Amino acid sequence: MSAPRIEWVVPAAGATDRHAIWKKAGAIGLLALACALPWVSSDYSLFQYSQVYSYAIALLGLNILTGYNGQISLGHGAFYAIGAYTAAILMDKLGAPYWATLPAAGAVCLVAGFLFGLPALRLEGLYLALATFALGVSMPQLLKYHHLEAWTGGVQGIVIAKPEPPAVLTNAGLPINADQWLYFFALAVTILMFALGRNLMRGRVGRALIAIRDHAIAAEAMGVNNALYKSLAFGVSAMYTGIAGALGAIAVQYVAPDSFNIFLSLVFLVGIVVGGLASISGALYGALFIQFVPNIADDISKAAPWAIFGVIMIAFVYLMPTGVAGAVRLLLARRKSP
Amino acid sequence: MEGFLQQIVSGLAAGGIYGAFALALVMTYLATSTVNFAQGEMAMFATFVAWGLIQSGVPYWLAFFATLVLSFLGGVAIERVILRPLESAPVLSITIVTIGLLAIFNSMAGWLFGYTVRTFPSPFPQSPLKLAGVVVSPHSLGSLGVTLALIGLLYVFFRYTRLGLAMRAAARYPMASRLVGIRVGWMLALGWGLAAMIGSVSGMLIAPVLFLDPNMMEGILIYAFASATLGGFTSPAGAVVGGFLVGIIENLSGTYIRFIGTDLKLTVALAIIVLVLIFKPSGLFGRTQPHHT
Repeated sequence: MSAPRIEWVVPAAGATDRHAIWKKAGAIGLLALACALPWVSSDYSLFQYSQVYSYAIALLGLNILTGYNGQISLGHGAFYAIGAYTAAILMDKLGAPYWATLPAAGAVCLVAGFLFGLPALRLEGLYLALATFALGVSMPQLLKYHHLEAWTGGVQGIVIAKPEPPAVLTNAGLPINADQWLYFFALAVTILMFALGRNLMRGRVGRALIAIRDHAIAAEAMGVNNALYKSLAFGVSAMYTGIAGALGAIAVQYVAPDSFNIFLSLVFLVGIVVGGLASISGALYGALFIQFVPNIADDISKAAPWAIFGVIMIAFVYLMPTGVAGAVRLLLARRKSP
Repeated sequence: MEGFLQQIVSGLAAGGIYGAFALALVMTYLATSTVNFAQGEMAMFATFVAWGLIQSGVPYWLAFFATLVLSFLGGVAIERVILRPLESAPVLSITIVTIGLLAIFNSMAGWLFGYTVRTFPSPFPQSPLKLAGVVVSPHSLGSLGVTLALIGLLYVFFRYTRLGLAMRAAARYPMASRLVGIRVGWMLALGWGLAAMIGSVSGMLIAPVLFLDPNMMEGILIYAFASATLGGFTSPAGAVVGGFLVGIIENLSGTYIRFIGTDLKLTVALAIIVLVLIFKPSGLFGRTQPHHT
């Protein structure tokens, strides 16, 4: 008897090369749709879509750590917060241009994640979950810390200016407003990060991470440096989440300690489970889920939206253990094989 | 010197509460090798139930024991219905399910009882006592007594009763226990029930101090994690000792280390967890776990 368990999304053997062309067509169609959205949506919807992109990058980061490498993090909201605050401080205190804050946030979080990953090497499963949970819970308090208030703005947080579309475009007569520009900026960053992530996970590094997840000792025997790869996975994962945080801060134009509470970290975890563990596209499904399903849950029950959220979460563990990405793959595979 | 003593006493008082709650976490861990992230929310929910009973005119102690029974039944039910099918599932699945429970209980409490902060009665006298220049509230003393009584009862239960022995056996050697006729599944469910019950005791002891609202346990959960980690997740007595130590460390570092103050109290818990896990992962009194691959 096998218990219901969350499973990694495993690529269907043989299907990839035969149907590569359909996959490409699908990707191009999606991209066309993504580019068309700004011309048909309201500014508020555009803001929501920009948030989806930010979440998608964060989920991809968490998926690299938890899905591909099997290390549980219940505190990725902390790295999202560090990224967001790095961006806000750079823009507010040092007058940095908004686009330059993304690589900076990524670099800061890469270092922070790598450093947190070093002690995490000794922790497995539950203990790592505990340590990261504690990190997630204590983050808002650290951000409110009064000795850092000159930088972080304390409880008040920091308000940042909305990025304007570049003068080159507006001078050329393109009718693009700030929200549309922000959307395209977020889209471009997302495509870049997803392309990088896909290449990283399909190559030598990705295989090493998966090998460690599936059998650490065998991986070590094959010459994988487990310690290095595990802390690198932590660093890269935090870097993705930090960049997402910076993007999110620019989209919201505001950072405050209490928006980065433990529930944010838990929502991220829900996102990757719903989207599909160890799946690149799963990050996108998960991001759509965490952006829009709370609204739906809110419609079902105004009084207890989180209860609906919790029920959905448990239902996924039982009913759809490979998440949406796994279900999509299964459906495609069934249609293809006569 | 009196200030220092006062901090130690306050630390012990807070630590007793952390210890009682850490005990609940350890119980769950011993019974089913999982950490129940919803333990705090379950305790909070139980405390609301007690509050509801008291509001409708039930005397305190009757409400107290009725809540214990209800929590026990609730814990058993949750284990049987929701966690049973995940028996051999990986840590990630179980963690996610308990986090789902956390969200459900938190939201349900807000929905049923509201988000306003409420006072919760203490069964102990109100006026503070003064012993050798140190102020102690009777509630702290009482909580301490309840915690110690609890650990004593658990010790007797697990050491000298058939059922306690069967539960220990089921948790450590499930296969062998099954062979000698212990119903392992039910023993694990009993463990959850017992943990839920202990959790509700700690909830009812904390509520008069922290006031009752749906987010009451968030901070306590972290301190209890720190206590259980410090004492060792496999040692009930260790968890209580860990609780006292964490309470004392929290108070002393808050008072005497300038940059911590009251602002970084949660971060102290984080630091304790990380340091213990790095230098002594099994905690002060825990068994070293065999390495599984």
